[in-house]
Amino acid sequence: MPEGRQPILELKGITKSFGGVEALRGVDFALLPGEIHGLVGENGAGKSTLMKIIAGVHTEFSGRFLIDGQDTHFRSARDAHAAGIAMVHQELSVAPDLTVAENVFLGNQPTNALGLVQWRRMAREAGEQLSRFGIDVDPMSRLGDLPIGLQQLIEIARVLFSGARIVILDEPTSALSPPEVERLFATLRRLREQGTAIVFISHFIEDILRVSDTVTVFRNGRRVTETASAATSKGALIEAMIGRGGEALEHSYTDDLMLPRPSDNSVVLKVDQLSLARSLKDVSFEARAGEVLGIYGFMGCGQQELSRILFGKLKPDAGTLIVEGTPKTFASTAAARRAGVALVPESRRAMLFHQEPVYKNISISILDRISSLLLKPAQERDIANRQVEQLQIRPPVVGLDLGMLSGGNQQKVALAKWLTYPPKLLVLCEPTRGMDVGAKNDVINIVRDLRAKGLAIIVLSTEPETVLSLADRILVLKRGAVVREFKNEPVSKDRLLEAA
Amino acid sequence: MASSETAAATDQHARGLASFLRSQMRNIAPFLTLIFLSAFFAFASPSFATIDNLGNILTQVSVTGIIAVGLTFVILCAEIDLSIASIANVTGIAVAYFTLQESYVNIANIPLPGAIAILLSILLCAALGLVNALGLTVIGIPSFIMTLAMMQIAAGISALLVRGQIAYKVPSLISTLGSSSIGGIPWIVIVAAIMLLGGHLVLTYTRFGRYVYMVGGNREAAEYSGLNVKLILGAVMIISAVCSGIGGMLGVAHFGSAQQNEFDTYLLDSIAAVVVGGTSLFGGRGGIGNTIVGLFVLGVLNNGLDHVNIDSFLKILIRGLILLAALVINVYAQRLREKAAE
Repeated sequence: MPEGRQPILELKGITKSFGGVEALRGVDFALLPGEIHGLVGENGAGKSTLMKIIAGVHTEFSGRFLIDGQDTHFRSARDAHAAGIAMVHQELSVAPDLTVAENVFLGNQPTNALGLVQWRRMAREAGEQLSRFGIDVDPMSRLGDLPIGLQQLIEIARVLFSGARIVILDEPTSALSPPEVERLFATLRRLREQGTAIVFISHFIEDILRVSDTVTVFRNGRRVTETASAATSKGALIEAMIGRGGEALEHSYTDDLMLPRPSDNSVVLKVDQLSLARSLKDVSFEARAGEVLGIYGFMGCGQQELSRILFGKLKPDAGTLIVEGTPKTFASTAAARRAGVALVPESRRAMLFHQEPVYKNISISILDRISSLLLKPAQERDIANRQVEQLQIRPPVVGLDLGMLSGGNQQKVALAKWLTYPPKLLVLCEPTRGMDVGAKNDVINIVRDLRAKGLAIIVLSTEPETVLSLADRILVLKRGAVVREFKNEPVSKDRLLEAA
Repeated sequence: MASSETAAATDQHARGLASFLRSQMRNIAPFLTLIFLSAFFAFASPSFATIDNLGNILTQVSVTGIIAVGLTFVILCAEIDLSIASIANVTGIAVAYFTLQESYVNIANIPLPGAIAILLSILLCAALGLVNALGLTVIGIPSFIMTLAMMQIAAGISALLVRGQIAYKVPSLISTLGSSSIGGIPWIVIVAAIMLLGGHLVLTYTRFGRYVYMVGGNREAAEYSGLNVKLILGAVMIISAVCSGIGGMLGVAHFGSAQQNEFDTYLLDSIAAVVVGGTSLFGGRGGIGNTIVGLFVLGVLNNGLDHVNIDSFLKILIRGLILLAALVINVYAQRLREKAAE
């Protein structure tokens, strides 16, 4: 850290807990004016919590918070905004039905003496700002008509030009194409020269190393190191993120894990040259019976879209799905289900009926097998009871509304609904996200049982542990393309991160 | 619905009576409203609480009841059908159009045998329902807008068929079911009862019925469970149109004439019956049992207001206020239930 400059923002000994769980433990963090500060760490390491404290979203925490050397306490995000702090969140938050110019000036459109919006001035100024950013669009066009990457750039531009002194960018590059990333970086560098302090959070460590001056690494709610970007490397950062020889639980993941020889069982699903707009580019792979194929990649790498295509919820622009030798175009999720494909999406809310009892949640996807016209509630309850027993769902009461169960047990119900008549291909998105260790192990054992029964299983996750603990073969997806396949070779968390 | 509710009740004994009552608010509130209204009118007018008048009320709500059966399916799916009254009207007119009229009726109609007239009319309303279904599921027009257009289209077909005239004759089966009685009970009441019962059985005991509740409860989850959501939505739109058509044919026989705009009040009445009864506008909760209570609330209110001395213009306002109150309860009940589930 260069000496002599006073930090624009300084945090000392920040501790923050959520319901007894410490998300941040005694974190120090300083941000200098005219600095691009990279932040890396695994999901749940505490990066986002810290940024939300800075942006005034979380207002309850212990520790000192200084701006320009003055103790400060924000009571809301508005306070933070007034102090010149702006944040671009990972999820796009634009108004797609408004014009580009309106989005750039959202909330502070130029008005005349009567309070009417000065459209011409707004369009001109928006156009000027955007062209400085290298974006050439008609300021009066509808934002929603532009590609997602461009929309994201415009949102970033809005925040960058809002006059904020401190700008926080959370995963800004995940939806951007390489030339767009270049434009973003050029702008960030220009702002740095003007004295703006920028925090840049990303999973893409190359991006961090290229654009930032300083990198801070977080692990388990602690700041592990802070180094000059020029003095470190991707490997060193990954090591710091994972923590070699650290906690016992992580031990197995830092060691190399030997992947088995690829299975030569029959191919259940063959995916050939699948493409979808900006999300997927020429993705090809095979899933075999009795094998778990892991697909790892960062948030926004195209996993979600891929899983939706496999289950007939999205239609690809190009490419084919071949299920057991027959090319398929799924017109609906019902067609995918009939072809023997099952999907457990990452959000339980999206696949479960919280106001309905457990047994109806389990039987819904197999009703057409157990009844043609009339329902057979006794049989439904029997089936549900068997699943509840097998998967050890607690409490074991099938008449209970699903909403009364814990998250881990809900996830088991989400699995149970596909297991009475197991599908040929089971696609699991983030199967262990947000679960405690016990529930995680239960799910891992269930998946292994299913593999032993000969199902083809695809596990998609943004958490390396999930993929490593389940998969026999691993594909790494990066910005919509398969960049690496691990099979019959040693693999570890840092190798995965290195590839992604 | 009733049986599964009680089953749920025994399973959920742990969460306590208060919380259970809160979760059942949507079923309890309409019932209390009905009891309160009946007691009020019985007290206010000696002619209200009589067997004869009960028969009147039943007859008065029959056409609404037949239409409301299909609408219950639609609202359970969290959709709406605004074309029910227009489809009832055009189907009633069509069945008269295909029947030989007296010579003084100046309509260029096409007389056909009764059975064929009825069949063609049912095909007509089913076809209109199919158009609603396709607009909603294939094109993706929100049901509110799609059925608003259909309301106009069906009214337009009605206008072209009768051209401002009035037809009187309908096939004998229709006139029997619509306007005569058996053993003192009007056939139309029996038909309404059978259709309500049928609707209840379908919703409670069939796979399709379960799908309707699941699609209404969480459409995204239904899709992720591999249900053909569009097919189910399409089916309920057709069911709604056919129920409306049957209500329209019997209604024409009941009124004794077929003409333009004679079902206009049934749109609001049918929606009111379903919603006042406690079926959730957000889908997935309620059922025919609720609709029956709603029909009685509406029937008692309309009939009772005739028995007490009240400005007939004020009646309209009172009906509006009662509907508003029911909507408030409906939305509030949903919130309470969600709270109870947490």
